[in-house]
Parts: sequence; structure tokens; C-alpha cells
Amino acid sequence: MVFHWGMGRGTPQNLIRATYNKGVSDLIVISHNFISAHLGGRVFSLDEVCTPLMLAGRAKKVITAWATDYAHGKNKTLENGVAGGRIELELTSHGNLIERVRAGGSGLGGFYSPVGVGTFLEEGKEKRVIDGKEYLLEKPLRADFAFVRAYKADTRGNLVYRGSVRGSNPIIAMAADVTIAEVDEIVEVGELDPETIVTPAIFVDRIVKIAEDGFGSTSYMQCLFRTTMRTLLEGEEE
Amino acid sequence: MKERLSQQAIAMRAAKEFQDGDYVNLGAGIPLLCATYAPIGKDVFFQAEQGMLGYSRLLQVEEWEEADLDYVDAMGRCVLPSSPGLSFFDMDTSFDMIRGRHLDCTVLGGLEVSEKGDLANWTRGNLEWGAVGGGMDLAVGARRVIIAMTHTTKDGKPKVVKECRLPLTAKECVDLIVTDLAVLEVTERGLLLKEVAPGWTFEEVQSLTEARLIPDPVLQEIQL
Repeated sequence: MVFHWGMGRGTPQNLIRATYNKGVSDLIVISHNFISAHLGGRVFSLDEVCTPLMLAGRAKKVITAWATDYAHGKNKTLENGVAGGRIELELTSHGNLIERVRAGGSGLGGFYSPVGVGTFLEEGKEKRVIDGKEYLLEKPLRADFAFVRAYKADTRGNLVYRGSVRGSNPIIAMAADVTIAEVDEIVEVGELDPETIVTPAIFVDRIVKIAEDGFGSTSYMQCLFRTTMRTLLEGEEE
Repeated sequence: MKERLSQQAIAMRAAKEFQDGDYVNLGAGIPLLCATYAPIGKDVFFQAEQGMLGYSRLLQVEEWEEADLDYVDAMGRCVLPSSPGLSFFDMDTSFDMIRGRHLDCTVLGGLEVSEKGDLANWTRGNLEWGAVGGGMDLAVGARRVIIAMTHTTKDGKPKVVKECRLPLTAKECVDLIVTDLAVLEVTERGLLLKEVAPGWTFEEVQSLTEARLIPDPVLQEIQL
């Protein structure tokens, strides 16, 4: 289970790449989307910015709200895999997906959602009328492993995030047997302001620190961002 | 051929619907352009599904030195990092806002809209367009659902129809349709044609619409 958004700042790129390189197969991969990272119309290769799309080639099943790379890149790994019958696709809505993960992480048996009534999401689901309104039963989701990307961790596993790329990382962190956090910096217990901690250490099993200026680090991404913006601007001026 | 509104003009007309103080989420495509055309003198606060609320606009390309790549919208575009009152939260809280009817308005794209306000906008029927995203959640949860789209498909088929043929996003969810030809309100009696693009008549718009339209007694030309 892993999150990705936009240019990939909230994405645990090293954990995804290591999983791919390990050569494991027949994975069930849960992610909001399977798309290439992008910025201002520029699409990054998986070598430049690694996204869950890389794991599509190792998956037997994916659970997602966005199964196509059409809006940004042209990577057909998942689409071809599904069309060829090699990958099973479970499509749902963003909101239902993340709420199912929350249910999985918080010991609940599911929830009744108004989203999907009258659509393909009804298939095989219990429909119930509550106070005159129709809802569908959505079941919880859990994973063996959750990969999260945080900004900083302390040595106990408390996590802080930065900006709008917090995303579903704090929810995913709750819903797996083993949660691994990829971070820019690890500090001593007591150094993080308790008011700022979003994911308490109880949800985190392992922490991986990205090498200084290494692949996927904040400085690596900022450098890539600046280079990309300069290239895009020069392109416009021409 | 008479002139139709540009994508920018559709977005400008849709953005005119925003009220002062509205919290708004924009879908992909034409709707995202609305972030550039928020009405002057009105404060409109945008939400991005991954967990951000309160940005007032996107950064212009020439402002990129100010950009912070942890401050991006739902399409990964940089927002004004110094938007006063900006807040961050996790994605679950974000969809609580959406489903819990806290958002004043959403603008979404459309492939088909029926006369009852059913919306189909996530697939043309094959996996290539298998992109549900947050559209279903927004269509069900936002207090007001505005669809910004072209009036017909590229090969001239009506997108405002009696019954949607494509897989639905949500039933009876649409309040207003803004196209390159018209502004249509979904009412209990059917679709009310409120405005037409400059130079277009009721009959001409009706001929490109499968659903039966009701002319507003004070039918007006679209003003931007």
C-alpha cells in the first residue's frame, strides 16, 4: 500500500524502487493512482521520479481510483496488464478507497457510503437505506506492508509531514502489519514538537533515511524541480 | 459555422457562479481553468483532494522562483505558497469535507449529462479512460455541482442527453451545466435554458441537444 501525488513529493520512491529491484512478484498493490510523476506538462520517467506505476509490472492485482496514465504519461504497463488478463483491477473512488483503508486501520468492519449508488460500484455490494437515503457497504482494506513518505521522524517513529503532500500517508500508516517510513531526516526522541506530530510512533515499525541529497530526497526533488522549470521557461521563450 | 465559446470562456462563465467566501473544488480539464478566473472582489477558497484548503490561486509560470513543490494542487501544479489561511490535512479529512457536504461548490468536466442531472464523466466505456478519481465523491458530496464542458462531442454528437449511455459517475447530482453554447439549469420540470452563446438562438441550441429544453422567459446571452 503506497501513496503518490503530483510530482511525487509525498511518494516513498526509494521503497518502491527497492521493492521492484528485489524482484518479488504477484503483489497486490493498493494506491490512489498509477500514473507517471509530472510537473507543468513535463512527464518524468520512472528513473527520474519513481511512482507506484513501477510496481504494476510486479502486480497480480491493483486496487485504485485511477488505473490509467493517459492524462500525463503514456506508460501502458497497467492498462496492458489488465487488458491481457495478467492483472486484476479493482476500481473505486478516491474517497471510498481511503475510507476503506481508515476502516482497515481502525478495526472497523466497513462503512456505508453514498458514493457509488447508481453506478458500477453497486455490483456485489449490500445496499441499505438509512434515514431515507441509499448507501453501499464498503469493506475495510489492509495490507501486509505500508510504505509512507514523511518529512522527518524521531528514532521512536513519530512522523511529521510537510505541505499538501501529506495526502493519505497518515492513513496508510495505520493499516498494515508492517509500516515503513521513508524520511529526509531522523532526529532524537524529544526533538520533534509534540504539537506537530501527525503520525504517532505506535503506527510505525521501521524508518528508512534517504541518503543526503540522494534519490527521492527533498534536495534531489528541488533540484529536479528547478531544472525542469528552467527548461520549461526557456521552451516558452523560444 | 457560428462561433462557440473557448475553453477559457467556459471556465470564466462557470467561475462567475462562485460566491464570496465559497469553498470550491475543481475537477480536471476545463474546470481547473476556473482557478484563474475567480470573480474580482470575491474571496474564493480552493480545495485540493490530497489535503489542502484555502489557496486563492495558482502561481503564474514567471513566479516559479516563489514556488514550493510541497504546495501543489490536485493536478500537481504549484499554488501561491503565501495564501493567508491555508491549511493542510490528511486525505481522509479531505474526503470527509467532500462527502460531508461542507464544500459549497465543485466544477467538474462531463462526457454526458442527462435531463435529470445524471452525470457520466469518468470513462468512455473502455479502460483507457478508467479514471474514477475523486469525481464520484465530489458529485455526491458538494452542495452545488456545476459541469463545465463542450456542448457536443468532437464529432458533433449531443452531450446533454435524455438518458446517459456511458457508465454513470453519480445520479441526479448536477445543478448547472455551462457549455460553449449555453447555460442550463437542472430543474424538476427539466432543463431550463437560461443563457445562449452570443449569436445563438434557442432553436439552434436545442438542435444540438438530445434532451428537451425549456426556454427561460428571460433568455439572455452569456456575459463574461
